[in-house]
Amino acid sequence: MRNLWLFISKYNAFFLLIIFFTISLILLIKNNSYQRASVWNSSNQLIGRSYERVNEISSYLTLGKTNDSLAAENAKLRNQLATSFKSDSIKQITVRDTTLKQQYTYTVARVINNSVHQKNNYLTINRGTKHGIAKGMGVTSAKGIVGIVLNVNENFATIRSLLHTETKVSANVNGNIGSLVWGDGNYDPRFAYLKDIQSHLIIKKGARVVTSEFSLFPEGTNIGYVAESRAKDGDNSLDIKVKLDTDFATLQYVYVINNLLSAEQLSLEAQNKVE
Amino acid sequence: MGRVVITNSIRFLLLIATQVFLLKNIGYYNLSIPYLYILFILILPFGIPNGLLFLFAFLTGLTIDVFYDTLGLNAAACTVMAFVRIVFINLTVQRDGFDNEPEPSLGIMGFRWFIFYAFILTFSHHFILFTFENFKFTEIGYNLIRVILSTLFTVFLMLITEFAFFRKKVR
Repeated sequence: MRNLWLFISKYNAFFLLIIFFTISLILLIKNNSYQRASVWNSSNQLIGRSYERVNEISSYLTLGKTNDSLAAENAKLRNQLATSFKSDSIKQITVRDTTLKQQYTYTVARVINNSVHQKNNYLTINRGTKHGIAKGMGVTSAKGIVGIVLNVNENFATIRSLLHTETKVSANVNGNIGSLVWGDGNYDPRFAYLKDIQSHLIIKKGARVVTSEFSLFPEGTNIGYVAESRAKDGDNSLDIKVKLDTDFATLQYVYVINNLLSAEQLSLEAQNKVE
Repeated sequence: MGRVVITNSIRFLLLIATQVFLLKNIGYYNLSIPYLYILFILILPFGIPNGLLFLFAFLTGLTIDVFYDTLGLNAAACTVMAFVRIVFINLTVQRDGFDNEPEPSLGIMGFRWFIFYAFILTFSHHFILFTFENFKFTEIGYNLIRVILSTLFTVFLMLITEFAFFRKKVR
């Protein structure tokens, strides 16, 4: 027994390595599981606050760019105002339109923490349950889609960015539906890949890629355009490289999408599982 | 003793803040990413007990992990680096020299020794970090390129920091 004790104390560095390395690995693997502990990440109050403080300062540096993009968006929205259309008919009849019911509402949020250099990227925004954000909502920017809400607490929410190996978005290019993935061999934050498009189809360079009706984003939300399209050897689907519209590196403001009909849809789909 | 604790605490706070608020946003795409915070573990004093060294390495890694949303990843890499540090110092530094050489910094140990030390430790840290981040063998070549380029970047930043902040030992 004494010899064993001497042995352990002589090579204590090695045993300490094993102890601490095991603790780290347990943390790492537990954290990678689907239900991750939401306490130990950047939606945590203390860390969220400190990121917010620093972001307050650093957002001044990009004020010019943010202003430009907001002005451009304002102009775009102004174009859609009723007052910017000239009416040719002399008599106006008001029709109360009940065929259209609002399905999506948007909440604006500021990005206070962002990363593009990791293998799995996350964002943190300064909106939480207090502002009506819930897990699983879609997030877009003024230009295109950004990601999906992963964890929420009272004042902050973390978003699983499109630049994450597990994020898959149902996308539509010229009426053909495929799934948009990132991080399977490419780690360039400007591009993503579109899978599952049949190889007999001809997809031209420059074709628009938008979300399909099966995604949790409104149908037709911008994603990007085709930068490269070629047939893969020994595979019956095309290899399509998509240039993303959203510039993830300079993201400042995002919109969280609330689908007002999603509860109805989910409860209906849940009934199928019971039977 | 008190002075050593205060100096190291300030160093810890400064390096973590630099890493989390500045260096996190820097990188050449995903190929070269600096992790300067490990300099804190590199230049902890020679006389530190092994248990304390492992504890500090683990906690430093954990602090970075909480900010990076990668719980356990940097902690594992830092723990391995602490072990490499113990082995390397045992092999290259005489034990009786600890009294007049308090910590393994550039000014005290000289340029040649320090750059070798920094390269070996940074490489071990980055190798574990990127391998466990990737967690599969299919991209091993890409992974090695990332490790090497990031090591170069980190060591470059370490040398700049050391030259800027640490005075040469008065003999």
